[in-house]
Amino acid sequence: MSDASASRSEILSAVRNRHVPAAALPDLTGAWITFPDRAAHFAETLRSVGGTCVDVAGIEELRVALQSLEPVAAAKKVYSALPEAAPSTFDMAQVADPHALDDADVAIARGEFAVAENGAVWVTDANLKHRVILFIAQHLVLVVPRNQIVNNMHEAYARLRFDGPGYGLFLSGPSKTADIEQSLVIGAHGPRSLTVYLLDGSA
Amino acid sequence: MPTPHAVRAARFVADSDRAHWHDQALWFVRVKRDRMAQSLPEWEALRETAAGIKAHTLSRLGDFLEQFEERAIALGARVHWARDAAEHNAIVLSILESHDVKKVVKSKSMLTEECHLNPFLERHEIEVVDTDLGERIVQLAGEPPSHIVLPAIHKKKEDVGEIFHRFLKTEAGASDPKYLTEAARQHLREKFLASDAGITGVNFAVAETGGFVVCTNEGNADLGVSLPKLHIACMGIEKLIPRAADLGVFLRLLARSATGQPITTYSSHFHGPAAGGELHIVLVDNGRSKILESEEFRRSLNCIRCGACMNTCPVYRRSGGHSYDATVPGPIGSILGPARDAKKYAGLPHACSLCGSCTDVCPVKIDLHYQLLTWRGEIGRRGLLPWSKTIPMKLLAFVLKRPWLYALAGRIARRVLPLVPRWLLYNRLNDWGRQRELPQIPKHSFREIYERRQRQSQ
Repeated sequence: MSDASASRSEILSAVRNRHVPAAALPDLTGAWITFPDRAAHFAETLRSVGGTCVDVAGIEELRVALQSLEPVAAAKKVYSALPEAAPSTFDMAQVADPHALDDADVAIARGEFAVAENGAVWVTDANLKHRVILFIAQHLVLVVPRNQIVNNMHEAYARLRFDGPGYGLFLSGPSKTADIEQSLVIGAHGPRSLTVYLLDGSA
Repeated sequence: MPTPHAVRAARFVADSDRAHWHDQALWFVRVKRDRMAQSLPEWEALRETAAGIKAHTLSRLGDFLEQFEERAIALGARVHWARDAAEHNAIVLSILESHDVKKVVKSKSMLTEECHLNPFLERHEIEVVDTDLGERIVQLAGEPPSHIVLPAIHKKKEDVGEIFHRFLKTEAGASDPKYLTEAARQHLREKFLASDAGITGVNFAVAETGGFVVCTNEGNADLGVSLPKLHIACMGIEKLIPRAADLGVFLRLLARSATGQPITTYSSHFHGPAAGGELHIVLVDNGRSKILESEEFRRSLNCIRCGACMNTCPVYRRSGGHSYDATVPGPIGSILGPARDAKKYAGLPHACSLCGSCTDVCPVKIDLHYQLLTWRGEIGRRGLLPWSKTIPMKLLAFVLKRPWLYALAGRIARRVLPLVPRWLLYNRLNDWGRQRELPQIPKHSFREIYERRQRQSQ
């Protein structure tokens, strides 16, 4: 389309023809905040944004904890990325259309690492057939290795590589809104609760 | 003639309880922002770094745009370029039409507001549903957002109850935010499930990776684009940043500045389309390259749309977002507005007390109140000031240039003013007399008192 390429070259020449003074790209090393106890700060921050953080010593303890977690105990439809800790009630591989996940009660997924400063967990869809499960389930559980907590977002990005197609997000707390009179309501469109298990003894 | 902003603001403040409530609601957000900023010892260093990254990006914007395009295409996305709003809308429509899309869900995007995408698509018989709760409220009410982060901040819960009663069949008189939010959740869940395509804005686009980040608290962007196969992301060309690592700086600043949260609930990084899906990215200029040219106003392109300048602005808080009659209201809107249409928005740079609070809170160090002052001069030079401002200013300049005339005028005023009847001073013609009282008129001017004291001490 000639018109489309005309727009492209017009915009590019418009921004190039401006005399914008050169400015150096800042270096990102800095005395960024660190925490003596990253797990404790993560847990406290996650709590402040409506999430729950629970320490578990190993898979067995996680299994027991999940059994008694209220949303899981009450759930009819559960997706679990950690079958060793909790079973899925259906076979995700058989789900062709993500719309079919609308009635999912709980999703249990792995978080790669957590960020102490803001209570966020980095989650990707690398092993999820349908990423919508993270948003469409009524309740979300993330399991993060306890030894994978960074201090701040600069340390977080130092770990991340974006060298191919993919999707990932920092997820901090349950879905929420304060759009009606600034009153905080948990459970806007996505999960009504987020429980993060910090799992000890795993890498 | 008062400026349109003043007229609209007067309507807003006529309901003084509501105006007071609005003021307090926004101040509450400002206080939360302060708490977050103060909890980070490196806050100022972060702001400095963010401004530096933006300055660098703008100095090489063409290179970064090309780099971004090349990487995004390599990841499987399709990239479109739009010079203006009309071209943007046409591109979005043609993508939707080629996929036979009838229903679209959209997450918050100030760019699509700026381009008036919704009415355009509706004219072409495509249903567009705004999925951010605040945006859905104003969409149902048939209004534009009054704030860029809190679109329905001007609505009380009773107003929302009425709107939802009408459109979502909630109980009459119900105003509990929890109940109303639940009703919206159910209503919008149906829309999410029925949509053929998802449109999102873009908070940051990364040149070196070809990916972009969308931030929400509700999860509506992610839900909206992970059910249908088609995702269209619309972004202004100033959303670019060079490196993925720069996101560390901006994501630390954005939510803390916007709502006083440590980070938004969802900060989603899209690199290429989902498996089996299609991703289109529309890069929009719409006046941005023109702003880039201007030495004075270039820094306004640093804006990351956090809304902190609105929450702190004494004029915005007391006059409401709709009084600006612009897509982006408040201090930053009063800079971007005149850049777009100086005549239409000539009054906005005057809707400002020059207190400088916006400049203090801006996470990307835009010198907002200096730019507002600069705009005032610019608007004067272009002859866009109303005579109610130009004539008194000319008169004042004439008097102030002549010390003898100034002294004489003062002497006359001190004699005459106390004798003038109230109706002559405080009437419709004198804007300055509204809500203001003249001070007690002293018998002597400072100059007279000073001269007398000098004489006495000799």
